[in-house]
Amino acid sequence: MRKYTPKDNVQRQAPFSDRFFVSPSVPRFDISNDEIFSKDYESFTKAFKVKDAYIEHTHLVLNVDKNDIVEIMNFLSKELEYDMLIEMSAIDYLAAKDGYELFYEMLSLSKHKRLRIKCFLNKDDAVESITSIFDSANWSEREMYDMLGVKVLNHPNMKRLIMPDDWYDHPLRKTYPLQGDEAASWYEVDKIFGKEARDVIGPEQRDPAAIDRYDTERFARLGHEVPYQTDIREFEPITPISYQEEDSSKIMKKLKPEESVVLKRRR
Amino acid sequence: MAQHKVNYLQDGGTPIKLTTIDKLVNFGRSNSLWPMTYGLACCAIEMMATGASRYDFDRFGTIFRASPRQSDVLIIAGTLTKKHAEFMRRLYDQMPDPKWVISMGSCANTGGMFNTYATVQGADRIIPVDIYLPGCAPRPETLQYALMTLQRKIRKESIFRAHKKKRLV
Repeated sequence: MRKYTPKDNVQRQAPFSDRFFVSPSVPRFDISNDEIFSKDYESFTKAFKVKDAYIEHTHLVLNVDKNDIVEIMNFLSKELEYDMLIEMSAIDYLAAKDGYELFYEMLSLSKHKRLRIKCFLNKDDAVESITSIFDSANWSEREMYDMLGVKVLNHPNMKRLIMPDDWYDHPLRKTYPLQGDEAASWYEVDKIFGKEARDVIGPEQRDPAAIDRYDTERFARLGHEVPYQTDIREFEPITPISYQEEDSSKIMKKLKPEESVVLKRRR
Repeated sequence: MAQHKVNYLQDGGTPIKLTTIDKLVNFGRSNSLWPMTYGLACCAIEMMATGASRYDFDRFGTIFRASPRQSDVLIIAGTLTKKHAEFMRRLYDQMPDPKWVISMGSCANTGGMFNTYATVQGADRIIPVDIYLPGCAPRPETLQYALMTLQRKIRKESIFRAHKKKRLV
């Protein structure tokens, strides 16, 4: 017999899973396809050890050792004319490989070519700063430390870039909860009023549809109105609802369905 | 024929106006609400548009001041991040009493779409708010309406009656 699966909440489940599914990946090309890259690669391999090299999305990708990174950047900027560091950051592979993958995106304005240097960094290791070669690495390395906790050596101004200095933990790590850990959820209260105020202010309200029926300050009790800021936590006043057709009004009458007549013909 | 004696209490156009102190004080307060030039995010663009010539905040007596020492109203225009929360509180504390707060836009009201670790989930966790203005971002007309609602609120207040303290402060 076929296995029973509950039919409620079907929309959240995938309709089926393909047995022969192969996750899409960017095609990688050999370096010999490109004239400029093959020349660059040749002179690069004479100076440094390369673990892996290929062309991806017209970028030359070189996987190198993290200890060579400063010499590599020097070599790339001086010898190979890759004179701009467009972007650098890291990717969290702490769960899978217990480390980070660092990438450096380079651009050569004279050759119209882009190149990516990749290296793997173990969790407890530190990478050397390349601020002395590219000034644009200054903030990128700070952000990398701030968001992922990658340690950088010999940086001129190593402190957090985006989060406040006394923030706990690194928010872009995959293990960091989106809505923040405990330190994050009480951060502003602790900082401004002190930890004693936690009880007064209460935890964060993250439900967008939350309504407090006893809060007469921020919510109007439709049909059961009380004066602003009245404390009704102990005693909730009964406010009977009356309709104007029930008494006094001679124009409006409440419809009684049993007394109504449906006309067969227009009068 | 020239009038020799003016009946001050009966004739129209007399130099006497009878009122209460509350009304007089609230007339002054509500018609010269000076907000602080303080924008946090995209709502600030709408706040600037409200202050500019098409919508013209000046006709309400609302003139933006560049210092918290000279302002009565704090318009929280935009996303309040946790990093910035203490500075917002400091600016609020620097404002002289009486002072009012308009929380402008979804982000300032409840954190809005930023249900994340870095955003304060409602500016009323930090400072007491008088008017919550919904919208993302609220149009200049609605900010005008919020200001007019605040004016109405001020006109109902009494300078003699002690106000119930809002949460925290």
